[in-house]
Amino acid sequence: MELALKIAAAAVLVLLLFYMWPAYKHWQEHGPKAEKGDWQAAIVPLGAVAAFVILLILAVR
Amino acid sequence: MANTDFSVVRSTQAVITTNKVLKNTYLLLAATLGFSALTAMLSIALAVPSWMYLVSVIAAMLMGIFVLPRTANSSTGIGVIFLITGLLGFGLGSILSMYLALPNGPQTVALAFGGTAAIFLGLSGYALTSKRDFSFMGGFIFAGMMVVILAIVANLFLQMPALSLAISSAIILLMSGFILFDTSRIARGEETNYIMATYGIYLSIFNIFISLLQLLGIMGDE
Repeated sequence: MELALKIAAAAVLVLLLFYMWPAYKHWQEHGPKAEKGDWQAAIVPLGAVAAFVILLILAVR
Repeated sequence: MANTDFSVVRSTQAVITTNKVLKNTYLLLAATLGFSALTAMLSIALAVPSWMYLVSVIAAMLMGIFVLPRTANSSTGIGVIFLITGLLGFGLGSILSMYLALPNGPQTVALAFGGTAAIFLGLSGYALTSKRDFSFMGGFIFAGMMVVILAIVANLFLQMPALSLAISSAIILLMSGFILFDTSRIARGEETNYIMATYGIYLSIFNIFISLLQLLGIMGDE
């Protein structure tokens, strides 16, 4: 039962990969390119998320 | 002069449309999250077995791929998104039952819930107030998501705790990126369908919650 479910989940995830491929190609080829300061503006909040998750992990240890 | 007036009218209309999509997205998001909480409570009350999580995720993914995009432009789409989020909530309930039965389980679940809310509110607030265009991240986060999906498929059979940790950490960062990406697209009027916008943000929140729960569970020795 569990193995059958895992195989079904793997099949659906592979299907999802095929579904995501055109979206990836679209954003890679036609998406806007990052300008100066864009990555910095994205990395700062993502870094804050990482620091926050580390804090939560320390809280449960 | 006439041209200036026209552009002012057009931009005002665009702002009104964008605000309407934003308002509808957050209203539908609140409703679907509430509905998921209800189905999760129902699942806990019924003591649904843990394999129900995989069943509900498979059904929800199939509906998200094949049904929702075809119905998102009609009122049927609202019913479909409630069905998907209700299913995901029902599956989540079976996982929550397992965690709640552990010694520090309720604390872990509460921390994961609070952490997810803080991450979502912080990132949405940042994307809305900074008014930056985060669509340059599209290629990067879609590529990252595809790599993570491959790792998830491998770990379904390998069951490696270290890989689970790495996947959960990567999902939290990628979904945080998706929140910035989706919110900035809605705020800039690039996403006009509030049902699809809600689905994207809901999935990000759901995945952050599940990954945080797993991360806190593993690191808290549970």
